[in-house]
Amino acid sequence: MADKATLKIFRGDKEGGELKSYDVETYPGMVVLDAVHDVQAKQEPSLAVRWNCKAGRCGSCSAEINGRPSLMCMTRMSRFPEGEPITVTPMRSFPVIKDLVTDVSANFAMAKKVPPFKPPPRQADGTYRMQQEDIDRIQEFRKCIECFLCQNVCHVIRDHHSPQFAGPRFLIYLAGLDMHPLDTLDRRELVKDEFKVGLCNITKCCTEVCPEHIHITDNGIIPLKERVADDYYDPVRWLMRKMGGGSGKEKARLPIVDDDVAKTRSATPAAKRGDAE
Amino acid sequence: MSTSTTEFERHEHDVLVIGAGGAGLRAAIEASADGASVGLVCKSLLGKAHTVMAEGGVAAALGYVEPKDNWKVHFRDTMKGGRYLNQWRMAQLHAMEAPDRVKELEDWGALFDRTADGRILQRNFGGHKYPRLAHVGDRTGLEMIRTLQQHGIHCGMQVYMECTVTRLLVDGDRVRGAFGYWRENGRFVVFHAKAVVLATGGIGRAFRINSNSWECTGDGQALAYLAGAELMDMEFMQFHPTGMVWPPSVRGTLITEGVRGEGGTLRNKDQKRVMFDYIPELYANETASTEEEADRWLRSTGVKLSAAGESSGNPKRTPDLLPRDIVARAIYSEVKAGRGSPHGGVFLDIYSRRSPEDIKRKLPAMYHQFKELGDVDITKESMEVGPTAHYTMGGIRVDPETQESRIKGLFAAGECAAGMHGSNRLGGNSLSDLLVFGRIAGLHAAKYAKSTGTPRLDDAEIEACSREALAPFERAEGPNPFVLHEDLKDKMQTYVGIIRNEGDLKKGLENLGRIGEAVSRVKVDGNRHFNAAWHQAFDMRNMLVVSEAMAQAALLRKESRGGHAREDHPDMDKGHYAKVNIVARKTPTGMHVEEVPYADPPAEIKAVLDEKE
Repeated sequence: MADKATLKIFRGDKEGGELKSYDVETYPGMVVLDAVHDVQAKQEPSLAVRWNCKAGRCGSCSAEINGRPSLMCMTRMSRFPEGEPITVTPMRSFPVIKDLVTDVSANFAMAKKVPPFKPPPRQADGTYRMQQEDIDRIQEFRKCIECFLCQNVCHVIRDHHSPQFAGPRFLIYLAGLDMHPLDTLDRRELVKDEFKVGLCNITKCCTEVCPEHIHITDNGIIPLKERVADDYYDPVRWLMRKMGGGSGKEKARLPIVDDDVAKTRSATPAAKRGDAE
Repeated sequence: MSTSTTEFERHEHDVLVIGAGGAGLRAAIEASADGASVGLVCKSLLGKAHTVMAEGGVAAALGYVEPKDNWKVHFRDTMKGGRYLNQWRMAQLHAMEAPDRVKELEDWGALFDRTADGRILQRNFGGHKYPRLAHVGDRTGLEMIRTLQQHGIHCGMQVYMECTVTRLLVDGDRVRGAFGYWRENGRFVVFHAKAVVLATGGIGRAFRINSNSWECTGDGQALAYLAGAELMDMEFMQFHPTGMVWPPSVRGTLITEGVRGEGGTLRNKDQKRVMFDYIPELYANETASTEEEADRWLRSTGVKLSAAGESSGNPKRTPDLLPRDIVARAIYSEVKAGRGSPHGGVFLDIYSRRSPEDIKRKLPAMYHQFKELGDVDITKESMEVGPTAHYTMGGIRVDPETQESRIKGLFAAGECAAGMHGSNRLGGNSLSDLLVFGRIAGLHAAKYAKSTGTPRLDDAEIEACSREALAPFERAEGPNPFVLHEDLKDKMQTYVGIIRNEGDLKKGLENLGRIGEAVSRVKVDGNRHFNAAWHQAFDMRNMLVVSEAMAQAALLRKESRGGHAREDHPDMDKGHYAKVNIVARKTPTGMHVEEVPYADPPAEIKAVLDEKE
């Protein structure tokens, strides 16, 4: 009772490309990633696609399915109307490397800019004590699988190309550090001036596409904006900050970042066939 | 013109770490902290390694939930779980150092679930006497890899993402680097290094039904073997008892043992709790014999079962939490006896045991996974589960103190190294393994690098690597590597699977020979630009090396122990096979497999093993 579906997959690279149609046989529970793999194994062995866990945990197989940013491994084929082709295209905010694979290295560069967690000394008994309710919110942010779908739909990144803007993924990372009961660094000035939290205009597109259902905007970015605003625009807090009281935390500086993220990819262009170009 | 065969990028490091899961990251952090220049190579993007799939927790005798716990109990549990074939020194170091390694993660920002008094919460798991697994719901591996990643990138290491290593470079008995290519564009790259740490994980992708990601193709084991190192304990393959069995798309996908740790129970089609009929003699005096006692034990350890009941007395453990090999074979037997679930597994219930709120809070990823992929609401219905190839106890034979292989400067840590788990790994011991031995490997690799000069590279060796890498493009015709992979998965599942016998293993080896020959003729079309078929060709070479070692070792071990079950030798041998490990190495005539004597622990360690609490 083999049913069929048609996929239209983007084939191409940074020079351009086109949608190509492929028919696949479907089976119970099949997800879009299964269908893409089927095409790869039987029709187009050189088809480029990233994936790892196929269980929605690693965030590798991000793509746009019928235009909607999704994880291919968590999108069931049965979700789509029978007989209509399913379009699979690469995330559009990142440069295409090949087919469904995009260059997401900007995210790894951004991660290096965030001053890391810095704890106080442990208590005398060798433990850190934290109440579960004080970390529930941060644990929500730490569910992030770095699929970068939120970065992909963010208007500030997509339309305004503001390279400094941290984007939703890193704003919730910063929010999580800011709310961490143990952390001793004050990153709020950086959040405002370097990571440009003010550019986010709270359209919540990031929250809508998050496969982990993290309330990125409501629980992360808005409270972060409020904390920064309180520090800088509340006259009493402003005065306290000027007098050096403030949060009582050590002021964070940007880590010294060399350009080695660029080196994580080869600088040379793609080799053509097996031997020389 | 074919001059490009000798064109390559070159990077020089004191220590090159291959693999960026938990073990690789931990090794790279340690070597960096020691002042070494460190390169970290991974096949995927950073943070995507299979460690993210670890769910239930990291085992460490912190003693926060049960103060009676200490390293000696953890050591005993680990040795018993491995049926006493573990390299005792590794099991000892692991049990002693795991608590510090977990606390260190807290220092780097990890947020484990908390006890009422604010310390790290620990949960029950199979084969662990006390609640011992520090965890974050059911996404502990993600928390760990993200913590290591966020700490690691500020330690000065250089990360090379989406780069495949195809060969180690060796000068006689000494490592001098690695050869590989960028997946993005196929360009060759040579890493010139004084020391190399392999941390490439497992080999699950060789089986039809497995819980592993695409990366788990035995690369480190194969690279080490091809370079002259030894593989050990390869016959011991862990089949996790609870993989998804339906729908076909997700067959094998892992369901955490944490479901049973939180009170879940296995039932057959008659709704009978399965495990009470499968309690082996080795575990009889510590395992509950009635459902009432099993539930009483769960309550006594803090599990809030929805049905009210006693938690008093001195109840014994629930058999649902016996070690994985026992539970996996029990499920296999139930299904074979016709008492399985509709799709060839058994039922796993948590809905009848815990409140929906508890389930969603303690097992959010499981809830999500079943809802999205299986149309099952686990707060209302049973899951269907069956064994899935999960973890290799065997791997590269290393020195227990330093993690160095028999090739100088070549170290291994985590799943690709052998010895720590003996014949069967306890759940939770892999996350602690990768922290403890990742650190030890990184430490000793840095130390070794300091003690030695930079080895010279050899153009001829690099040229040979380049020829090997390009060969699939040069052939006029040849088999498709994806088709061969399907063939391999079927044959390993059928002939080298959860229950083995001599005839099957021999058939398996014949098939591996045939597939291996075909892999050497693979033809790849297109160019080197992110070419999946080309990548698959190397994965196949590696999987075949490891599969052959597994089948050969399984044929040699004529008994059943841990992750190796022979229906023609169903008992665990108390004599000969209790005292040997099996080692595979490369010879000019092919793979040679032999028994080596098991190194017995000294008297003081024997005393720890025999101690009664």
